[in-house]
Amino acid sequence: MSDKALLSLAGVHTHIGAYHILHGVDLEVPIGDVTMLLGRNGAGKTTTLRTIMGLWPASAGSIAFDGRRIGGPSGDADGSTDPALRTPEIAALSIAYVPENMGIFSDLSVAENMLLAARSARTVEQLDRTRLEWLFGLFPALKTFWLHPAGKLSGGQKQMLAIARAMIEPRRLLLIDEPSKGLAPAIVQNLIAALKELKRTATTVLLVEQNFEMAKALGDHVAVMDDGRVVHRGPMAELAGDEAMQQRLLGLSLAAHA
Amino acid sequence: MTARLDARPLALVAGLAFVAWPLVGSSSTWLTLTLAGLAMGMIVFIAASGLTLVFGLMDVLNFGHSLFIALGAFVATSVFAALAGEAASTSVATSLGLVGVAMLAAMTLSGTIGLAFERVIVRPVYGHHLKQILVTIGGAIVGEELIKVVWGPAQIALPPPEALRGSLLIGEATVDKLRLVSVAVGLVVLALLLWTLNRTKIGLLIRAGVQDREMVESLGYRIRRLFVGVFAAGSALAGLGGCLWGMNQQIVTPQIGGQVNVLLFIVIIIGGLGSTLGCLVGALLVGLLTNYVGFLAPKATMFSSIGLMVAVLLWRPQGLYPVVNR
Repeated sequence: MSDKALLSLAGVHTHIGAYHILHGVDLEVPIGDVTMLLGRNGAGKTTTLRTIMGLWPASAGSIAFDGRRIGGPSGDADGSTDPALRTPEIAALSIAYVPENMGIFSDLSVAENMLLAARSARTVEQLDRTRLEWLFGLFPALKTFWLHPAGKLSGGQKQMLAIARAMIEPRRLLLIDEPSKGLAPAIVQNLIAALKELKRTATTVLLVEQNFEMAKALGDHVAVMDDGRVVHRGPMAELAGDEAMQQRLLGLSLAAHA
Repeated sequence: MTARLDARPLALVAGLAFVAWPLVGSSSTWLTLTLAGLAMGMIVFIAASGLTLVFGLMDVLNFGHSLFIALGAFVATSVFAALAGEAASTSVATSLGLVGVAMLAAMTLSGTIGLAFERVIVRPVYGHHLKQILVTIGGAIVGEELIKVVWGPAQIALPPPEALRGSLLIGEATVDKLRLVSVAVGLVVLALLLWTLNRTKIGLLIRAGVQDREMVESLGYRIRRLFVGVFAAGSALAGLGGCLWGMNQQIVTPQIGGQVNVLLFIVIIIGGLGSTLGCLVGALLVGLLTNYVGFLAPKATMFSSIGLMVAVLLWRPQGLYPVVNR
């Protein structure tokens, strides 16, 4: 584990229309580790990821990636005058994003979905074979349905495609929004196994989850959100071993999962 | 590359032609009408393809599209006037070359004006549908008046080049030579468009962007740059369509764009907003139906396209090939 933060948010506020969703989020994502972002529905986890990607602009505070300011209004507290980057520019810094709805292009084939995520390849033939075989090993269904329209995949297979797509080229940071959502427990186990494999490559990951079992299995660090703020930050092991803390931070329902 | 193709709308095109056969009675007349319908369909498809992609990619309803059609037609009149000697030549090669020059000039000017139109008129109103409609209609009106300033308010005759006048006899059917040229040009454009959309990364980005713009941006692509390119290409194709339309009508008026525009919107709505294949099928249906009805019941011609749209939407409210994820 390293303590250097690859991504850091300081006092980030986000407004969506008339709604004030994030109320000053402070978050550090250490390099090479998996950071879990937990919290109840409506706590602001998805908004945090979307704000990092620049899909919703931060109205105050700042977001920095590898020491470079990527989000937040210019001239804010840190005195920086760099304008916020747009979503494509943020993604081009080698950040991959798996949204809550997975963002699968259902009219396109599995192969075409993968090709889109590989910015250096112009044709399917130019995809890195070694990496592709590695991904096929993790998600065999992708090989089976390679030329099929992605819309025909099952929910679990779509999630596999969404995550594989984010991994088709090495990325410095992966943002994944609730991959276990709506999946059967057996499929979640497959997903955990695949993400553990990803973890071995020391890719930095910020993973939003409601499934505490998955969080325990994968997380090095944890941040818990409530009402648009991060209310707890620490090692995952500490939270995993302290039921009283789980109950206090995550509520009964989540602790009952564990 | 995608495995499935919904063939029923295609069967509809064949079915329409098949049903019209006994109604028209004479086989040679039917063949003439069918080829004329296909030619009209291909021209409408060329002109409409840009409109449907522009809507699919950025949700921009561009009512200014008619301007580029009119520009294409007027550029053709200027090219024909400037090269009057070539237009009078009886050599087929010279005539085809002249048509080629007119098409290139129409595409170049419409594409260039399209770039400016996107920058000045469309860009400030991204995401505001009502403003888009108002501002693009306004742009089209201003453009139409500017066309009158340049080319005059009167209609201009656009007779086909000497060697492309008249018809060929295929069996017993008479086929207008210019319509054959239009079909050939349409097929080339269709092939290029399908190749670009299905075999290149740019095309893949366009197809993906039509489904989920935000995800394409999240993958690191600047969809606005892509959109500007598509807008310019779509404007150029509208110019090409206008050039061909004007040559087939043999007369160009400043209102030509507005007349064709109604057809274009009918076609892209029939096809499913954003769908290229739907645009093609819709255009062929409109082209064939207009010609059959024009022969069988001329007074009903104006109504036939609208009636077709109503019927298709009753069958498939999202159009023949709905774009998913929207």
